Amino acid sequence: MADILSVSGLVTQLHNGIRIVDDISFNIRAGETFVLLGESGCGKSMTALSLLRLLPDGVTHTDSVAQLDGIALFGLREREMRDLRGGKMAMIFQEPGLSLNPVMTVGQQITEVLSLHQGLRGKTARNRCVELLNQVGIPDPARRVAEYPFQLSGGMKQRVMVAMALAGRPKLLIADEPTTALDVTIQAQVLQLLRDTQAENGMAMLLITHDLGVVAEMAHQVGVMYAGQIVEQASRARLFDQPLHPYTQKLFAALPDAAHRNQSLAAIPGSVPPLGSVMQGCRFAARCDRAWSLCREKTPGWTEVHTGHGVRCHLYQMQGAGNTVQEKQVRLSVPDVDAKPELHPEPGPSLLQVSDLRVHFPIRKGLLQRVVGQVKAVDGVTLDIPQGRTLALVGESGCGKTTLAKALLQLVPALSGRVQLAGQTLSGYVSREQRAAMQMVFQDPYASLNPKMRVAEILEEGMTALDIDSGSKARQSHIDSLLDQVGLARGAKWRYPHEFSGGQRQRIAIARALAVSPRLLICDEPTSALDVSVQAQILNLLKSLQQKFELGYLFITHNLAVVEYLAHEVCVMYLGRIVERGTAAEVLRSPMHPYTRALLSAVPRIDGANRDRIRLEGDLPSPANPPQGCHFSPRCAHATEQCRAHYPPLTRHSPTHSVSCYLHVEARVDDRVF
Amino acid sequence: MIAYLIRRISYALPILVGVNLLTFALFFVVNTPDDMARMQLGIKRVSPEAIARWEQQHGYDKPLFLNSAAAGIDKITDTIFWQKSASMFVLDFGYSDDGRDISREIATRMWPSLSIALPTFLIGLIVYVSFALLMTLFRATALDMAGVSLCVFLMSVSGLFYIIGGQFLVSKLWHLVPISGYAGGLDSFKFVVLPILIGIAGSVGASSRWYRTIFLEEIGKDYVRTARAKGLSELRVLFTHVLKNAMIPILTGVVVVIPLLFMGSLLTESFFGIPGLGSYTIDAINAQDFSVVRAMVFLGSLLYIVGLILTDISYTMVDPRVRLS
Amino acid sequence: MSFMPVFLWSDKLIFLILAVGIACVWYVRQLEHLLVPWRRVARNPTAMVSLLVLSLFVLVGLLDTLHYRAALPDRNDGETVYSPEVLSVFDKLVTPLRTQTEKTYSAPLAVTLYAKESVIDASGHVLREYPRLRFGGAGLTDVRQRDADIFRRGLTGALAGLAAGLLIALGSKRWLVKRKWPMRALLASTLVISVLIGATVNLAAAYHVLGTDKVGQDVLYLSLKSIRTGLIIGTVTTLVTLPLALFLGVAAGYFRGWVDDVIQYIYTVLSSIPSVLLIAAAVLMMQVTIDMHPGWFTTLASRADLRLVFLCLILGVTSWTGLCRLLRGETLKLREMEYIQAAQAFGVSPLRILMRHIMPNVMHIVLISLVMDFSGLVLAEAVLSYVGVGVDPSMISFGTMINAARLELGREPMVWWSLASAFGFMLALVLAANLFADAVRDAFDPRLNRTWEAE
Repeated sequence: MADILSVSGLVTQLHNGIRIVDDISFNIRAGETFVLLGESGCGKSMTALSLLRLLPDGVTHTDSVAQLDGIALFGLREREMRDLRGGKMAMIFQEPGLSLNPVMTVGQQITEVLSLHQGLRGKTARNRCVELLNQVGIPDPARRVAEYPFQLSGGMKQRVMVAMALAGRPKLLIADEPTTALDVTIQAQVLQLLRDTQAENGMAMLLITHDLGVVAEMAHQVGVMYAGQIVEQASRARLFDQPLHPYTQKLFAALPDAAHRNQSLAAIPGSVPPLGSVMQGCRFAARCDRAWSLCREKTPGWTEVHTGHGVRCHLYQMQGAGNTVQEKQVRLSVPDVDAKPELHPEPGPSLLQVSDLRVHFPIRKGLLQRVVGQVKAVDGVTLDIPQGRTLALVGESGCGKTTLAKALLQLVPALSGRVQLAGQTLSGYVSREQRAAMQMVFQDPYASLNPKMRVAEILEEGMTALDIDSGSKARQSHIDSLLDQVGLARGAKWRYPHEFSGGQRQRIAIARALAVSPRLLICDEPTSALDVSVQAQILNLLKSLQQKFELGYLFITHNLAVVEYLAHEVCVMYLGRIVERGTAAEVLRSPMHPYTRALLSAVPRIDGANRDRIRLEGDLPSPANPPQGCHFSPRCAHATEQCRAHYPPLTRHSPTHSVSCYLHVEARVDDRVF
Repeated sequence: MIAYLIRRISYALPILVGVNLLTFALFFVVNTPDDMARMQLGIKRVSPEAIARWEQQHGYDKPLFLNSAAAGIDKITDTIFWQKSASMFVLDFGYSDDGRDISREIATRMWPSLSIALPTFLIGLIVYVSFALLMTLFRATALDMAGVSLCVFLMSVSGLFYIIGGQFLVSKLWHLVPISGYAGGLDSFKFVVLPILIGIAGSVGASSRWYRTIFLEEIGKDYVRTARAKGLSELRVLFTHVLKNAMIPILTGVVVVIPLLFMGSLLTESFFGIPGLGSYTIDAINAQDFSVVRAMVFLGSLLYIVGLILTDISYTMVDPRVRLS
Repeated sequence: MSFMPVFLWSDKLIFLILAVGIACVWYVRQLEHLLVPWRRVARNPTAMVSLLVLSLFVLVGLLDTLHYRAALPDRNDGETVYSPEVLSVFDKLVTPLRTQTEKTYSAPLAVTLYAKESVIDASGHVLREYPRLRFGGAGLTDVRQRDADIFRRGLTGALAGLAAGLLIALGSKRWLVKRKWPMRALLASTLVISVLIGATVNLAAAYHVLGTDKVGQDVLYLSLKSIRTGLIIGTVTTLVTLPLALFLGVAAGYFRGWVDDVIQYIYTVLSSIPSVLLIAAAVLMMQVTIDMHPGWFTTLASRADLRLVFLCLILGVTSWTGLCRLLRGETLKLREMEYIQAAQAFGVSPLRILMRHIMPNVMHIVLISLVMDFSGLVLAEAVLSYVGVGVDPSMISFGTMINAARLELGREPMVWWSLASAFGFMLALVLAANLFADAVRDAFDPRLNRTWEAE
């Protein structure tokens, strides 16, 4: 088939001279998906926006060539370019919530494209709108046409974005992290939609992502980007089978999974350099353990190792093809750096016991602000975390995970229930010892450190508040040892958070929590804002800290790969309640609850294992108004009348595995666990 | 919608009560009626009888809050607070020092005020928004720079100079329109045109710059990028997408002043001799006629609060998120 | 002692502001991250030239703030008796401008009054002619020499100024280069300003450079004296607004609940009264109080001064609501930040969280709004004084100058110089303040989303 898009030597510079896109070349054929894979800040989105010529203060070099369906994009006048945008080439963006105009109806926004590129008006345009919404799987499209974006859920909004892109009948669809802001089950829906649409109209797709799982599901061809350049390019099969560039290899090795449970992950030291900071030599050289002097002096050129598999690395330039087998062996030998057996095969004494915890938020309405309902954010949760073990709390956004964590820390008041920490009941007033015993690591390393405080002050805060190590000398040496523990230089304590990268900031946040010697650490998605390579560093750190200090972890996450790697026990939460619990192996290998199964099947996997896909329809209902009976029943393929009428009891299926579902109620109802 | 309105209005009432109490405290507690009488009658050599007579004439000879001498409901109603302050809730403003009914004065004087303030507001809005849109369209170019510099320069000039300069140039030097004065009906045109023009020119700097900031903030948002990616021209992006969203912050600042247009402008009216509420207020301030000043303070707050309610209503028109939830 | 220092209320407040300002500068210099945005301001040529102009204004204002009462020559039983007239160091420096008053109006650089008067000459004849000024151009024997004299004086003054400017420029060049300040713009404006000052000083020695007003006072002197009033209105007011807005806004946003309700109620009530009217009402009441208690004041100056301080107080009380609302909103956002939750998880007390976490993170808003408000307040003074609710009529200010001058526009020949001077000085002050404020806002506003500069 013919190339729809061919890009060669694309160079884009900002006005201040920084090259944000540096010598990018690739081709996409009709019906094919080309994925640009890379970590944040490596220039993926810039590449896409350069092609659309929408980079506000970027200048694309004149010798760059990009041909769309035979038209040279960089030779067009702005007027002609406008005809292409939204027509032959369309784009969808990462944040569907922000990318739609909030004060225009869905219909108006799609009609704009229809009238501009298809010449449709009035009733024909409206009908086509409904047709498009129907095509992207929006239920009741005739009504949705007249709705505003805020009335739609996140997944729906992204579908609308897709419909808007399809309205111009594009030959090329550019999708910039289209599912990053969405939950896994919704991500699965949107990815399926993109695949189906492509199969239907044979358009070419340029997909931008940082998620190897998405690559595995979507890509025909893959370009791995690093610091503004493509460092490796191959078909998906080839790349996953035989990654050549040390960076690509490390990316694969850094992924957490069950196989690496007892090992450290192969983390890449450091973080992605800011665009334009490295101008000489290979941009990965500083983080590459196989770099030698040449790598730092000379920028490696493009080497075609096999047909259709190229790489930008001196390793291959010198020797040419032929040594790839050896390369692969090197990769496989990377992970087992310091493999250690786990210290606690058996659970220790109980550290945290939570029984029937409820956190409700009143909904007020009307003239007198009467309470008209309750958001049951946490609705009867029971947990037990033994010392030195990790309990993973898994669920999609809005299921009450974070509220649960805050309630445990007594940051939001609980309605009822009991929290016991090391045998002592927490109620309202929390003693210093109890505060010190339980600490939290937050999701966003940029929001969790006060930008106006030095690292030393940040670390000291908890010690001052809880009166630990009084005396400045003791404090300073404590701070030094904390920095050692989390792998930061001691000099870091005089610096401010903005001088650190995301991963380093997360280390500071961990050190802050450790400063008061807690026994339980609540980690609220501590790696979800980090790149894969940095995520591995933090997971390694958390694991080694657990072994060293016998810490109990409550690990809140939606990333099942992390769960597989780190957790001993898993609880799956849906709309404020725990629907399934068990050891990691039980829940992940033999899930019982339909929701758990759907969740597992929705996660894109890099092994491309052919699983029975269970696609969940619809969105997570609002916790203010949960469905009657089993909360999951409206989305469940197995739901019966009973499910819709009554909430199923929790039944135990092994000493550790229990589930709350009528499908598995036959076990032993009399043996209800809690 | 009705419930929404009722709720907004019921929020407004306590505010108005607060304003009433505050003005009462300011006018009757900070200084006693005795002080005011002495002030009015000349500070030196005032006999206590004269003071008592003055207070009686103006109805200030009663207790402030509670009249223990009176019986029944009069205990509360026969007080300065009830007769002078609480009565303003039914728009009874009492009499000015020269014995005129303030409510009637307000009713006649608000029309001249409006005949200047309303055109100034409407034409001004169009001029400022257009100028701001123009600067936004040419953002980050020399034209934009020049526009912003002009705005900063214009807003650094005191409003007094716009009036003095305008009167001097247009009326005195070029003899185009009379320097000051007012007439009813169509004749008023030649009197109001200069104040209107000066009113518009006086805030072109600050306003246009403010609108430009709003537009620039909107234009940096993600949905604008989506609109461009659809192939819309920059003009259409600006006029359909950006303008529609910018209406929300614009309305916040604009609708609230609409009721206040009745009050006119102190400076303009006093310079041009317009017999409106603005010049009424200035005259009262200069004559230290506290009844009138008090009435105007209360009226101003009342209109402001009406403006707040109108703002809330206008939101429902431009923001579907407010309208539909 | 030959003089007795006098500290008026406004002087004390100015010194307080000065002390706070110096303390802030000292504090900021310690902390690298606080210096970063200031470095951005320092690299902006417009901002630095504006700052240069502003600092000249501030210099005049400060000199005009050091007040004293001179000792009278005749002693009373060995005790020194001091003049009731309160003077400032600035008055002393420009004594000729202050004391050399004419009879009435005279145009800038004139040698005669502006209008003809009946003069009796030596021979007893009554003539209608322009009488010579007592001081303006008094050294000239022939009126026709005026132009040449002005040219000569202006030129020598300008040359002297240029020389002084060059000296300053050469002296400060290395210092500027070291700090990466915009050298060319600063040096050029230094030269221009020195030339202007040089020429003005040399001319002012013999003429009324900007003319005289109705009672023959030098307009240049009046304009320079007005600067202090404007600066006080612009700065002392913030002493009132700042604590009110900061504490109430932050408390409302952080504690929410009934604290928030009460604070919101207070500022909604205050802001719902149109500010001019509220100020007018409050000033009228203050006036009554002051008139009722003439015994409070020992000198006329202290009376006018107290009125000025009260005006600042009233302006402050009526204008804190906007900043308070902004700070409340920002605090509402900040209190959801994870670092606040981390502090709460340690059991850090609310007061400490406010001081260590919230306050430092809203300071940029406070700073931006302070510098932005300054010029508005200077402009407001003129309008309020015109309306009759501004400073004391005996106090020299831009407002009183304009008020006195605008009535004279109708005269033939027109008296324009008072108005023009007030216009020029105000424009220079307000424009410089606005430009500087813009630069500060650009440098501090996090929404402009700059990556931190490493330097």
